[in-house]
Amino acid sequence: MSDLPNYTFKDFASDQEVRWCPGCGDYVILRAMQKALPMMGRRKEEFVFVSGIGCSSRFPYYMETYGFHGIHGRAPAIATGVKLANPKLSVWVITGDGDGLAIGGNHMIHAIRRNVDLNIVLFNNKIYGLTKGQFSPTSDIGQKTKSSPYGNTQPPFNFGELVMGSAGQFYARVPDNNPNDMADIFVAAEKHQGTSVVEVLQNCVIFNDGAFDAVVDKSVREDMLLYLKHGEKMLFGKEKSKGVRFNGRQLEAVTLGENGITEADILVHDATDPNPSMHFMLTQLQYPLPVGIVRSVEVPTFEERVAVQVKNLKERSKYKKVDDLLFSGETYQV
Amino acid sequence: MFDDGQTVVDDQATSKIKLDHVVIRFAGDSGDGMQLTGSQFSDTSAMLGNDIATFPNYPAEIRAPEGSIYGVSGFQVHIGEVEISTPGDDVDVLVAMNPAALKTNHSAVQAGKMIIVDVDEFTAKNLTKAGYAQNPLEDGSLGSHVIIKAPITQLSREAIKDIGLDNTSMNRTRNMFALGMVFWMFSRPLDYTIKFLEKKFGHKPNIFEANVKVLKAGYHYAETLELLPSAFTVLPAKMTGGTYRIIMGNTAIAWGLLAAAEKSGKQLFLGSYPITPASDILHELSEHQHFGVVTFQAEDEIAGIGSAIGAAFAGDLAITTTSGPGLALKSEAIGLAVMTELPLVIVDVQRGGPSTGLPTKTEQADLLQAMYGRNGECPVIVVAPSSPANCFDFAYEASRLALEHMTPVILLSDGYIANGSAPWRIRSMADMPPITPARSPEPGAEWMPYLRDPQSLARQWALPGTPGFEHRIGGLEKEDMTGHISYDPENHEHMVKLRAEKVQRVENYIPELQVDGAESGDLLVVGWGGTYGSLLTAVKSLHEEGRSIGLAHFNYLNPMPRNTREVLSRFKKIAVCELNLGQFATLLRSKFPEFQYLQFNKVQGLPFTVLELNNHFLHLLAKP
Ligand code: SF4
Repeated sequence: MSDLPNYTFKDFASDQEVRWCPGCGDYVILRAMQKALPMMGRRKEEFVFVSGIGCSSRFPYYMETYGFHGIHGRAPAIATGVKLANPKLSVWVITGDGDGLAIGGNHMIHAIRRNVDLNIVLFNNKIYGLTKGQFSPTSDIGQKTKSSPYGNTQPPFNFGELVMGSAGQFYARVPDNNPNDMADIFVAAEKHQGTSVVEVLQNCVIFNDGAFDAVVDKSVREDMLLYLKHGEKMLFGKEKSKGVRFNGRQLEAVTLGENGITEADILVHDATDPNPSMHFMLTQLQYPLPVGIVRSVEVPTFEERVAVQVKNLKERSKYKKVDDLLFSGETYQV
Repeated sequence: MFDDGQTVVDDQATSKIKLDHVVIRFAGDSGDGMQLTGSQFSDTSAMLGNDIATFPNYPAEIRAPEGSIYGVSGFQVHIGEVEISTPGDDVDVLVAMNPAALKTNHSAVQAGKMIIVDVDEFTAKNLTKAGYAQNPLEDGSLGSHVIIKAPITQLSREAIKDIGLDNTSMNRTRNMFALGMVFWMFSRPLDYTIKFLEKKFGHKPNIFEANVKVLKAGYHYAETLELLPSAFTVLPAKMTGGTYRIIMGNTAIAWGLLAAAEKSGKQLFLGSYPITPASDILHELSEHQHFGVVTFQAEDEIAGIGSAIGAAFAGDLAITTTSGPGLALKSEAIGLAVMTELPLVIVDVQRGGPSTGLPTKTEQADLLQAMYGRNGECPVIVVAPSSPANCFDFAYEASRLALEHMTPVILLSDGYIANGSAPWRIRSMADMPPITPARSPEPGAEWMPYLRDPQSLARQWALPGTPGFEHRIGGLEKEDMTGHISYDPENHEHMVKLRAEKVQRVENYIPELQVDGAESGDLLVVGWGGTYGSLLTAVKSLHEEGRSIGLAHFNYLNPMPRNTREVLSRFKKIAVCELNLGQFATLLRSKFPEFQYLQFNKVQGLPFTVLELNNHFLHLLAKP
């Protein structure tokens, strides 16, 4: 690692002109990623960014790394192939709520379940941007869009729940106005062995402006967001005077000192608990909205399991070369 | 008893009639083990030096109701002293394990030929299930066949009554009785099958013993039976010297891919989703992970090819395998591989379509899908193997073309050659042609993602992990050379033409078209892919009779061999024969409109029979 160049974010910016709308949350994510990569202790040529289709999926073009702009929804599948072909690479999937949860939903859940060492970043803006403003699988009921002029009637996915339901072992959520936390989370995602999923709450200024303002805006976020830290109490609010407890049935927000609530009642976040029940509840909690690393549990990756099999097979197999196979078994002379 | 193609030699010592070829069909319930019985017979015959061709015909249902017509499974074997190219049209010996098997197969047996039935299975209940109002063995409705009514069930059970097996296990040995009978009739030794049984059932000594006992019982029953006064023997065929093995088309494809990976020094990656009749390739390659093969069973067809494209980007010899419906699902991704100019082999083992169609039957109706079934101008190389054995060569060739020309290649196999088996003169790796994958850029070189070889137009292949060549590619139109996104009208047209030209230039890297039979003359039979055996047999026999007939059989469908026009021009008539409604004929008409194309088509889920081809060609030759 000693010969690792001293990268800065500039080393990871490509010469391509960034074409997102001014003010789009995607800019923050791009910058956070360019900031995070030098912190990962890897060489530039080891990074591969794979995307699908949508505004988010332009991302690889702006990164001075290996990149593959795929087709709609299929990035997890393509990235899986890249990683299995060369497990030494750091492989990233960049996707959105339409790309990753509608047309590519099947690939998403199977990639997560399989636990290939991929890092998936899903830009959730609750809308289709590139096709100009239709509702997406994360749009709210009642949300008015070009294809739901009288309000959306399809209930949304909660992506965190979906990750938990797909046996995900790493899930983090981060708003797009917090580039420092975001960069740290990207670094943690890269470090985690297995599929890491990061959901970014991303503002689309054009078609769904302010979708997350009620919780993520700088003026309210201290009171509305729960910043999860492994090993720390789930306290929130400017004065950290509020917290989250388990009332025997579900999680609830409480105020210290009210109704006899003390710090002892407040839950301690354990992101490494193999039992996902608490993580499930955290993904479902709406107030306060948990952000940060919800779950980070190391289990063997798909590639590790394969490598063990292949190693055993190689030792046992009587076929060292293809010729050995071709001439094996029942042959006869003419 | 055998009318055509036979050589009767009076052999005093054994009083056996010698034949130059014979067709045997084993038919029974899907649970009766007919595929195993048939392949034991064909493998044993191949070991004796016969040429063989086989045709398994099994139902789509895994376990259809016992005794029903749609649960009948068949396995046909053609063995010969002469060169055998097809599993044969007319059956010389039919083994029917129950009434349903007789009902569905007896029309394939010509008058005078032999039918062996398990008479114990002809109960009132089974006759009803098969749709017989009366017992055909008794009402004379079968016509003039030699019917051998063997109490196979009863004798099998009798032979093993002391072993102590349960009823089901006892009944499962019946197929060995039938096999034993046929082994004796054709003077085959039992040792190959006994060895096989030992391997299969060695860990269950009871079952092993029972199967061997029943096999021998069938053999001795045939020997002592008055109804089989003499036996037949088929002498070894005259084949090119060498080491042979019996191989199935799907296995040969898997091995050809392994060979190409080893030769090119590339890791083999298979991204695939199970589908009949292609899954055996996935199974076979999964067995051989010790070679460093990565097999990835994906969540669907699209993820199968998606992962393969990712692996190709990362530098592997990447493969995806499927059948027609799966090829349809992969269309968009094939376009991505065309746009990104990555090497990729797409194996389509064709089956009857459209939609789910006839999953276990053969057809050649995916040709135009392979050629054109994508959005945009999206050319790929299309090649087709023409026999179970040359599936090896064309899997290898498809890999070579993909790696050397940086483009997807579709390999069009079909259910008939995929499941058929034939003797294969084993290639040694030293004899395989070299494969030189597209170059990777030299360290420090001036480089751009779409920098091309001036002759082949293949772009260079810079692999993730290589310092200095970080680049982005994808499905959006690319500027020539730099690979930057470009919506420029002129550039788009230029790139469309360039991609087409790259595929067209492959004609300079493939062999010319050969003609079997007459080199020029009255009738040129044109075929492609898996119909070669039937077409060759028909054309050869007519040519040997002195007719002016030749066969141009295509393995390279896009681009076509560079002498195609010249070959077509040498004959007065051209008849394009295919198992579809005329897809290759359509292609030929568009590429070489100066010729007239007659068509001979069949879409029944079945291969051509030599007889129907013969009749048709005679008819064409007779017309002015
Ligand atoms: S449409 Fe929305 S998501 Fe897309 S670039 Fe513009 S602001 Fe960003």
